[in-house]
Order: sequence, then C-alpha cells, then structure tokens
Amino acid sequence: MNVLTDNFSTFGDGFLGTVELTVYASLLALVLGFLMASFRVAPVGSFRAFGTVWVTVLRNTPLTLLFFAVLLGLPRFGLVLPFKVFAVLALGCYTSAFICEALRSGINTVPKGQGEAARSLGMSFGQTLSMVILPQAFRSVIAPVGSNLIALAKNSAIAGAFSVTELLGTYKTLNELGYNIIWTFVWIALGYLIITLAISAIFNILEQRWGVAR
Amino acid sequence: MKALAHDSTALYDIPGPKTVRRHKLYGVLSTLAVLALVAWILYLLFDTEQFTATKWSPFEYEGIQELLLRGLGNTLKAFAISAVLALALGGLLAMGRLSDHRPVRWVATLLVEFFRAMPVLVMIFFVFVALKVQPLPALVVGLTLYNGSVLAEVFRSGVNSMERGQKEAAYALGMRKTQVMSHVLVPQALRAMLPAIISQLVVALKDTSLGFLITYEEFLHAGKLIASNLDYDLPFIPVVMVISPIYIGMCMLLSWFAQWVSKRQRRSPKTEAAEVAPAEPGTLLPGR
Amino acid sequence: MLVKKPTMPIARLIAALVLSALAATACGKDGSPPTKGPAAGKLPEYRVATGFQLPESGTWRKAKSRGRFIVGAKEDQPYLGEKDPATGTYSGFDIEIAKMISASLGLDPRRIEFRTIASANRETALQNGQIDYYVGTYTINDNRKKLVGFGGPYYMAGQGLLVRHDEEDIKGPQDLDGKRVCSAAGSTPFQRIQQDYPKATLVAYDTYSVCVDNLLTYQVDAVTTDDAILIGYAAKVPDELKVVGKPFSEEPYGIGVPRSDNALRFAVDDALAAREKNGDWQKAYDATLGLSGVPAPKPPAIDRYPAN
Repeated sequence: MNVLTDNFSTFGDGFLGTVELTVYASLLALVLGFLMASFRVAPVGSFRAFGTVWVTVLRNTPLTLLFFAVLLGLPRFGLVLPFKVFAVLALGCYTSAFICEALRSGINTVPKGQGEAARSLGMSFGQTLSMVILPQAFRSVIAPVGSNLIALAKNSAIAGAFSVTELLGTYKTLNELGYNIIWTFVWIALGYLIITLAISAIFNILEQRWGVAR
Repeated sequence: MKALAHDSTALYDIPGPKTVRRHKLYGVLSTLAVLALVAWILYLLFDTEQFTATKWSPFEYEGIQELLLRGLGNTLKAFAISAVLALALGGLLAMGRLSDHRPVRWVATLLVEFFRAMPVLVMIFFVFVALKVQPLPALVVGLTLYNGSVLAEVFRSGVNSMERGQKEAAYALGMRKTQVMSHVLVPQALRAMLPAIISQLVVALKDTSLGFLITYEEFLHAGKLIASNLDYDLPFIPVVMVISPIYIGMCMLLSWFAQWVSKRQRRSPKTEAAEVAPAEPGTLLPGR
Repeated sequence: MLVKKPTMPIARLIAALVLSALAATACGKDGSPPTKGPAAGKLPEYRVATGFQLPESGTWRKAKSRGRFIVGAKEDQPYLGEKDPATGTYSGFDIEIAKMISASLGLDPRRIEFRTIASANRETALQNGQIDYYVGTYTINDNRKKLVGFGGPYYMAGQGLLVRHDEEDIKGPQDLDGKRVCSAAGSTPFQRIQQDYPKATLVAYDTYSVCVDNLLTYQVDAVTTDDAILIGYAAKVPDELKVVGKPFSEEPYGIGVPRSDNALRFAVDDALAAREKNGDWQKAYDATLGLSGVPAPKPPAIDRYPAN
C-alpha cells in the first residue's frame, strides 16, 4: 500500500509526463489532421494524393515501428533533440491520420446545399471550407476526435516503454527499488484511468454544448 | 456512411476552364515541392552514408535472412493466436453483455469497459513483469483482452442493430432465446460485422509489434538486433527500409480485404437488416 | 522460443515472398556477415571433468540426464554475452565462464543450450527451473540473495563512463554537470547518477544498445553502467568510443543458481576457484574483454557464504 505514498513524486512525475506528452501530441495531431483533411477534400489532385498516401501509410504502420524509426532514425540526420520531442512527433503524426479521417467523414455529413450557398455568395474554396463547412462539421466530429485522443493518451505508454518520464515507465524505477510490483501497476492503471476519463469528460462537455442533437 | 453519396462535391463546383488551368498549376507546383522533399531526403541519406556496402551487405547473408524470416514467423504466430483467442473472448463477452441475467451483464460490461480503457501495453507489461509470464503468452494475453473487449462491442452492436422484426418473427415462431440468437440474429449480424472485425484484426496485427518491448523475438526485434550491431556499422536506416514496407504491406493487405468485404456487402441483400459502424478505438464516450 | 518454420499457410506465403524478394537482390551468402573489432582470440579449450558426480543437486541430476546444461545469458553485450544475430551462437567473457563451469561439472561445454533472459526475468527463470544457472552481468546483492543463490563472484565490475573518442571534457563523474548521460531506465547506475550527480541531465532507454546508438549520433554525451559492459562496446569500435575515469562503485558479478540448490552453488564456487588457479580464467579474459587492451584484473575473492 505504501508504494504510492513512498514514491508520490515518482508517480507524480510520470503522471505529468504522460499528460504533457498527450497534450503536445494532441495539438500536433489536430493541426496535422486538419491539414491532411483539407488536402484530402481539395480540388487539386496532387493534394488529394498526398493526403491519401499520408493517411494510408500511417494508419497501417505499427506505432512501435514508427517510434523505433523516429527515435533512432532522425538522429542519423544530425538532429539533436530531447526524447520527448521525438515521442511527440511519432505520436502526433500517427494520430493525425486517424483525426484526418474523422474530420473528413465529418465534412461529408454537411449537406451539399451549404457549400453551394457559400459559393453562390462568392466564397473561395478556403473560405467555404473554413467559414461554412468546418464549423458545422466540427459539431459532428467531437465524439470521434475525442475517442482518437483517448487512444493517443493510451498509446503514449509506448513512449514510456522506450524511456522513463512517463507513467508506465515508472514501474522500472520502482521495480529496481524492490517495491511491490502488483501495487505499482494498480496505481499506474489508475493514473491512466484518470487521464482517459478526464479527456472523455472534456469531450462530453463539448458534445453537450456544441454537438449535433441525436 | 450515407454521406459518402455526395462526397467532396459539397465543397466546390465542377471547375471551369480557367480554374482547371489554375488547379493544374497548383498540381504541378505541389508535385515539384513533394519531389524536392524526396530529393532532399535522398540527399540526406546519401550524405549521411546510409547506402554504403557495409550497411547493406548483412542482408546478403542467409543467416540474416533467416533471422528476419524467423522474426516474421513469430509475428504472424502471435497474431494468429491472439486473433483466434480475441474472437472467442469477444463472443463470450458479447454473450455476457446480451444476457438476461443482470449480474452477468454487469460483470461483462465492467470487464469490457476496463480492458478498453487500459492501454494495451500496460496490460502486456503487467502480465510480463508482475505476473512473470513468458513474452509470447504475455503478448497474447494483452492483445486478447484488449481486442476481445473491442470485438465484444462490435458483436453486441451488430446483434442489437438487427431489425426488430427479425427477432420478433423468430420469437413468434416459438424459438427460444438461444435459438433466436444462433439461428437468426448472429448469422445475419456476423456477415454485416465482418468488415469491422477485420479492421480490428489489423489493430491486433499492428500491436503484435509491442512484443518487441518485452523481448519477444518478433519481426521488429530481429530488425533491432541487426540495426544495433556495431559489427555491421549500425545499419539502422537500411533495416527500417527493409522491414517497414513488409509491416505496412501486411497491414494494408488486411485493411484492403476489410474494405473489399465491406464493398461487397453493401451490394448484398443478405446484410440489409443490419448496419454496423466500424470499431472505434476504445472509448468511454456514451451516446454512440 | 524460436520457431523453426512458420507453420501457417499465410505465414509460409509471405515468407516465400520475402525470401524471393531477398533472393532477387542477393544470392544469399552462407553463414553470417563478418564481425568488426579485434578478431576473436583463440578461445581456450576446457577439459571436461570425467566421473564428476553431484547427486545431492537436483539441478545437476536433471542436466546430467539431459546431457547438457541450460544456461541463461545476455544477448546484446559485446565481448560479454553476445548473440550473433545470424547464427544464434553466443560468445563473450560471461559465456566462457558458463562453459568452464559446465566442463568442471562433467558436462560438455559445447553442448550448452544458451537462452536469452531479460534482466527483469532472471530470478523467475531460476526459480521455476527454466534455466540451470545464469551468467550475465548479474550483480550480487542482498535483495537478490533472498531470491536466488550466487556462485562467485567471478569478476569485479564498477560503474564507469563511456564517451565518444574525441570527448575532452568528461574525465569522470564529477564532469557530468549539464551533460546528457544515458543509462538503462530504472537501473542502479541510473539511480546512482540521479542521487549523487543531480546536475547531470539523465536520459533513460530500455537497453544499452540504444544508449550507445544515441552516443554515436550525438544525442547524449556519455553512457554509464558497469565498466565491463562499456569496455565491450569500446573494444568494438575503438576509434569511435572510449571508457574514461576510475570505476566509482563495486559490482561483483556472480553466477546465479536456484536458491535452494546449495550443492550446486558450492560446486560452482569450487569449479571457479580451480579455473582461476589453472589459468583458464585468465585465458578466457584475454580472448574476450582483454581485446579492448584493458589488462586482466585479479579475479575477486570467492564469497562462499554458508548454506541457507
């Protein structure tokens, strides 16, 4: 039982590490996902092709392989960055493919007439997308984006298996110090539950305020 | 999915001659930009000496090829075992969730929600480190629990999405609940669920690479063994170039199979009575 | 845990595809690629003791009827316990120690079956009889003595620092302020740096090979763990890496045996003592770790603690 009280700072660091990783990677995933989704619905063929390749390749890549490639591959080009940045890159790019698909199917739920009306007002593609379609699509993608971000938080555990400043990674330190391993995992599991529940609570609020009535 | 009918045309009209020209220009420019990026990456690869003979020659040796094949075999072995077990567990848990007995339903719901909320890697590590199990069984247990729970939800929503008339008609014929399930609902739902099930199996296949982190000697592990060998001048990039196409290719094949099945089903009259959403990554959001 | 051949049809199909792809680019040379670093010295031959009997040890009786020992080892430590990725054979100083003990206990060292056991699983593997004994940078300490028995020690390692060959600033742990230091996550060397040199920036990975990789790509400035492990890496690429400073801890390496099998532990101690005396220990060191240019130290005194 004293696994938690004795090592509160270790768990705390790990917990904050996971939260930090999740927040930064989520931001990257949302930005990249948004970009790729607009590529995939763009009128220019080469943009669409690029978006499609991005999504298809990343969705079919095992995240462990991506971590392995980013973590040990990028340094070979003379890039010197802390591990955390590499982890955010890998997690963010991976999740962006799923976010992109969620956004794209959201865009597809907006009735055609909306776009036609916008264009008849003389709006360009960019204006139509950002001022008319996306604000409406946003309402129907809250739930799928939320579950993708929950998946991201859970996937951050892989970063912990490679390096230490993350919730799952704390088990290594505590195991070496000889603490009860079962209890260590109970607290780690609780930490993840708190994070995933928090994300789903946030998205429930968003859903209630802006979501499409079902 | 219904929205697919009007696709992306909601965003732009059929372009006129001027716009076509402009789009062509954009197309050429962006293609050039992508080509420049590729060229730059190739330059970097050459510049950092990733294509030297020392880094690539290990792949010429039979010993190394066999090592990679052994790894690939282990990956597929872990995948096959976990896929079968996950399907079985999924069926069992779905049965639990559809049960008429409240305690059974509660237990099944609790298990499904818990295993979906936990990172699969935490479960694998728990079994491996805390319960001191061998790498392969630890990996299989983790993958089975997670994918089994997700599949349970797929099964349940598949059965629940069947038109009420099917069930009512079956009961009207005097069938018992088990008969209604096994003779009427499940056979129809199963066909409709097939794409969602295969998509989830892609997740399981991808996640077998987590075995790498618990020293299971799978494909990525074999790659790392070669990549981190100082004798071969750390052929890291070559290893990634060899193993990622194989990994991605395997997953893509399975994904495409799922899409193909789903396309076939959309035309099939046998699945009209059910509509199944693709499996979402584990979620706690209600109202799906 | 090796599968000889993939057993499923899909596996076989893909395996065939990959093999043909590989075959298209190369003809498949026999064996494994050549190794770098100093050529493996002439490994000593260990004379197998004839008529050796140890009936009071259950582990020995099982091994005897099986005809060989099953030994746990590491697979990723050059010149200590290293598995050739291609051929699957193990080599290094720890492996030589395992072989000489097998010979002294009357079983042919060439028939030993080595198994890679991760650090976290060593105790379990010994407790449930998965392996007969374990030789792989296994530091003797009181916590572990509660779980397993330790023959030896056969080598006294100490925490050291591995840096790039052109590194001028780092000469010992006192120079680590503000430097990035890599070690295995949660390991004792990691925690020692964390406590004694808090100004160093610690980077942790799951294995030392990732740390060494990071050192070579300038992600970190030093790698720290037992000097024996570091010497092995430095010996592989002496023009790129070097070990600096005096060891700043004592890590006696022991041979892990099942805790209840005191007879085996004492026999291992006797075997080790004899091998140190007849020069086999020295020969084994010279043929492996000695290739780094670091001369053989005096083997540490064997700690023959009483039966429990």
